[in-house]
Amino acid sequence: MANLETTADISLPQLSLYRRGTNVLVTLMAASAVILVLLPLGAVFGYLIYKGIGSINLAFLTQTPKPVGEAGGGMANAIAGSALILLIASCIGVPVGIGGGIYLAEYGRNRFGNLIRFTADVLNGVPSIIVGIVAYGLVVLTQGHFSALAGGVALAIMMVPTITRATEEMLLLVPNTVREAALGLGVSRWRTTLSITLRTATSGIITGVMLAFARAAGETAPLLFTAFGNQYWNWNTSQPTAALPLQIFTYAISPFDEWHRQAWAGALILIVLIVLAVSAVRVAASRGMLKGAN
Amino acid sequence: MGVSIQVDKLNAWFGKTQALYDIDMKVEANHATAVIGPSGCGKSTFVRCLNRMHETIPEARATGRVRIGELDVYNGTSATQIRRRIGMVFQKPNPFPTMSIYDNVAAGLKLNGFRDRHRLDEIVERSLQLSALWDEVKDFLKKKSGASLSGGQQQRLCIARALAVQPQVLLMDEPCSALDPISTGKIEELIFQLKESFTIVIVTHNMQQASRVAEFTGFFLLGKLIEFDKTEKIFTNPSDKRTEDYITGRFG
Repeated sequence: MANLETTADISLPQLSLYRRGTNVLVTLMAASAVILVLLPLGAVFGYLIYKGIGSINLAFLTQTPKPVGEAGGGMANAIAGSALILLIASCIGVPVGIGGGIYLAEYGRNRFGNLIRFTADVLNGVPSIIVGIVAYGLVVLTQGHFSALAGGVALAIMMVPTITRATEEMLLLVPNTVREAALGLGVSRWRTTLSITLRTATSGIITGVMLAFARAAGETAPLLFTAFGNQYWNWNTSQPTAALPLQIFTYAISPFDEWHRQAWAGALILIVLIVLAVSAVRVAASRGMLKGAN
Repeated sequence: MGVSIQVDKLNAWFGKTQALYDIDMKVEANHATAVIGPSGCGKSTFVRCLNRMHETIPEARATGRVRIGELDVYNGTSATQIRRRIGMVFQKPNPFPTMSIYDNVAAGLKLNGFRDRHRLDEIVERSLQLSALWDEVKDFLKKKSGASLSGGQQQRLCIARALAVQPQVLLMDEPCSALDPISTGKIEELIFQLKESFTIVIVTHNMQQASRVAEFTGFFLLGKLIEFDKTEKIFTNPSDKRTEDYITGRFG
């Protein structure tokens, strides 16, 4: 019974008004911070839908642009061009980025590694127009003409630092005990990295890759003098190619109302396509991971 | 069958700090040998030198001569070859988190290029039976991830994984330190059975455990092997004063 008395003795006093008030205040501040973060996103997306949805129809998704003054036409060639350029960019940027990340995480504990880390961070901060100029010098000048390939190279340069650093971070999060487990089984170092460490970090790396992809998909400046743009269909990687951001840019700065409306629609389509692509990869990856676990 | 281990003049360093000084030891085949000593005395470093895991740490190195059966560990054999012959169980259970129970056990063989599915099924079952985990997991071998098991089960899974590559020696680095007494009991029983087919070296902080499972015990202090003898002798009549102080709890 003595126990019960002790329990009664240490029962907490009612919280003071001051502390309850502070609690409410801080909770409100945190909540309003969340709203402040979400508000611009919601506003941008809402305004895009409001302005753009009216101009989206089958023709917009299947036709090429009409000459000035004619109504109708669409951005189908720009959607396809963006897909082509992003495919090229991903084919170059993802392997290089992930490879660099693996090097930094598994072998880069030295001065050379630090140099690469520093370079990647600087590259991440380079204005995208400069990256476009680099790709212009590397690809356009050597080939002698604008091309989807040049656009792809420019976007790949944009993607590499993000992917490299994300891959490194994710690999470093894999506990060392997991690496030791594999090494202890007589598995070689490179096999451990590829089959164990990389696989354990897959979902995080995919997030990093998709972040880089989404960012590259919306880039306009690096494409201005690389992919250049095109009013017609083009599947040839060595020809100038249309891209959604370029088309939006061209239409938005034009003096025609019809083109303005189409620019809004194009922007909406761009955002929707990015969201769809990112979600599709996430779903596919999680399926694949489940399969791997079976 | 297990093989004996002969260690001569083994020295190990972390960077400029020396962790082991001139260790000589002869580990008998098909027996369990315990390695005891206070924290930081070099016990773990010692067993990690036996399968060359020590050198996976940056700036760590070792010199001396270690023979496992007819194999010279530090001369003329690759580290991966050595580690296939010498299984290791770590302090904290470390199953591969993205793999199923089955894949965890099969990992050592699969990653080394073993592809015969039928044989693999047999080996996985036998390894899990050896580690006394089969009955608890046989219904969801390929459905559940290795990380979904309890701590004690995970550790037995790690033992099964080590056994699947059919090593001759099993190194256990404080295998029970993260486990409850029941799981510990199971693993100690396991060690008893495994002795028939493997040579076992077990690092432990628990002196009762050493006296229960091991025929031989080595006492380490400050990177030196102070005394190595039959477990009974070490615990009842040690020849060195420092060993006596340690096992009677006067320090460490």
